[in-house]
Amino acid sequence: MSGKKATRAAYGETLVELLAEGVDVYAVDADLSASTTTAKLKAVDEKRLVNVGIAEQNMIGVAAGLSLTDKVVFTGSFAVFGTGRVYDQIRNTVCHGNLNVKIAPTHAGISVGADGGSHQMVEDIALMRVLPNMRVLVPADYRSAKAAIRLAAETHGPVYIRMGRADVEQIDSGTDMLDFGKARVLREGGDVTIVACGVEVGQALSAAASLAERGIEAEVIDAFSIKPLDSETILTSARKTGHVVTAEEHSVIGGLGEAVAGLLSEFPGVLRKPLKRIGVWDRFGASGDFDELFREYGLDAQSIFDVVVQ
Amino acid sequence: MSFDQQAIEQRAARMRADILKMVTLAGSGHPGGSLSSTDIMATLYFGDVLRYRPEEPKWDGRDRFILSKGHVAPVLYAALANAGCFDVTELAALRKFNSRLQGHPDHLKLPAVEVSTGSLGQGLSIAAGIAYGLRACEQTEQKVYVLLGDGELQEGQNWEAAMFAAHQRLDNLIAIVDNNGLQIDGRLEDVVSLGSIADKFSSFGFTVFEVDGHDVAELKDAFNRAVEVQGTPVVIIAKTIKGKGVSFMENQAGWHGKAPSDELCDTALKELGTSMSEEVRR
Repeated sequence: MSGKKATRAAYGETLVELLAEGVDVYAVDADLSASTTTAKLKAVDEKRLVNVGIAEQNMIGVAAGLSLTDKVVFTGSFAVFGTGRVYDQIRNTVCHGNLNVKIAPTHAGISVGADGGSHQMVEDIALMRVLPNMRVLVPADYRSAKAAIRLAAETHGPVYIRMGRADVEQIDSGTDMLDFGKARVLREGGDVTIVACGVEVGQALSAAASLAERGIEAEVIDAFSIKPLDSETILTSARKTGHVVTAEEHSVIGGLGEAVAGLLSEFPGVLRKPLKRIGVWDRFGASGDFDELFREYGLDAQSIFDVVVQ
Repeated sequence: MSFDQQAIEQRAARMRADILKMVTLAGSGHPGGSLSSTDIMATLYFGDVLRYRPEEPKWDGRDRFILSKGHVAPVLYAALANAGCFDVTELAALRKFNSRLQGHPDHLKLPAVEVSTGSLGQGLSIAAGIAYGLRACEQTEQKVYVLLGDGELQEGQNWEAAMFAAHQRLDNLIAIVDNNGLQIDGRLEDVVSLGSIADKFSSFGFTVFEVDGHDVAELKDAFNRAVEVQGTPVVIIAKTIKGKGVSFMENQAGWHGKAPSDELCDTALKELGTSMSEEVRR
């Protein structure tokens, strides 16, 4: 049996833990509570999972209302519906009012697989990152997802947590000290910096191992907190290597790559080679399995390897 | 407290004058729907309906009021100021730079506002969430009131919320529809008609009351009955006249989001038995 686990597997489980620790936590989901795993909260205390049915706009509104009765509220659904379909509700009610609502859908990215382009959300980081008051966390694995949920619960205000459906390897980081505005350096190297988030962190680590065989030492950074971004860690590494590649299971427009590009553009002379962004190049997803899709969209370890070697 | 119809009507008249004055001073805003909602708001705030403490806006025992049709912020501010939540002189700051009285209600700037609104169709969901949360804390004495516009009912989210509220049997939720029949582009009947609002809410599982939204005695009676309802959410459909109380604004969609000139404001204030010079001295 593989040690792989999906980030979504952390969701309901961590909410149950938080409840046991005395956090007044509620989840509002839209008929996807089994898939998102928020249903686990229902098993402990029925009233704490509010299932609004297939009505995502109401999901955000009800979550907003619950937060106004001093609850810590998490929303569910899939990333495509839980952000895009309810963008105005998140913008105008949750963020403009700085409400204590955590937007934490699952099934983000093309790693959703067989369901295809309608269900593979690759624009969510962009949509959430641009909102004032919103923080954005992209956990790379199950343990990081647990940490993200805990951080969100203990911090007042809107937080976006991006979780996925696919099982991914647990990253052995030695430390799980994750925080807002903190990236973690998972592998040190002096030749190139790979800044990745989510599923791409694992792919970047595989690529780094292959690169090492070619004598290229890559520094791999798990960006985790896309907003606020850990400018210091990224800049320090960029100054050391002079070569930065970003990798995300998201559109190259508006995501991690552009956040890093924006940062580095304010510090001319840091890069000795142009920044390279790995992500989805202005396309929708499609049906397929993980490996097929990651190859097709240039997100697999081999693609990262190729971009670095170029 | 006994019901004092005349006192509520006097409050409503005062609020109408405040609305006209503040919108005129601001040079923009939404007088039409503010005036159609005035008697509803006066009954809520001054008819011994809504429980609140002006000096303690976040009092734990308060009833909640959500203005879903956030563009009629002037009537909310007029109610709050006349209730003593802040000084009436602050009303002159409506829509001004650095003002707490934003163009649409902002709870981060003005604590007496329960929740920021402005994007239509979301108030009923928020109210349902609050009602669910209060019930979960066993604060069942407290009611959640939400004022909806009729045009706003074209937003589909209302019906998601209605389905949810009825399914959850949120009998601590009382919605009021300001049914003035007009929206920005004209009559609802001409833009997109709603059919029977009463039948719609009734079929969703609400207990429905229909009243004359300018008759404070009828409104008070409906609120009295609404708080007694058990097992279903309530909607009070208040038939109103957009621009009510100002002859040239009544039933005119054009006054939805436009400020009167100083001269027209004077004319309007005279109809209400006051004048700008008296207003400024106030």
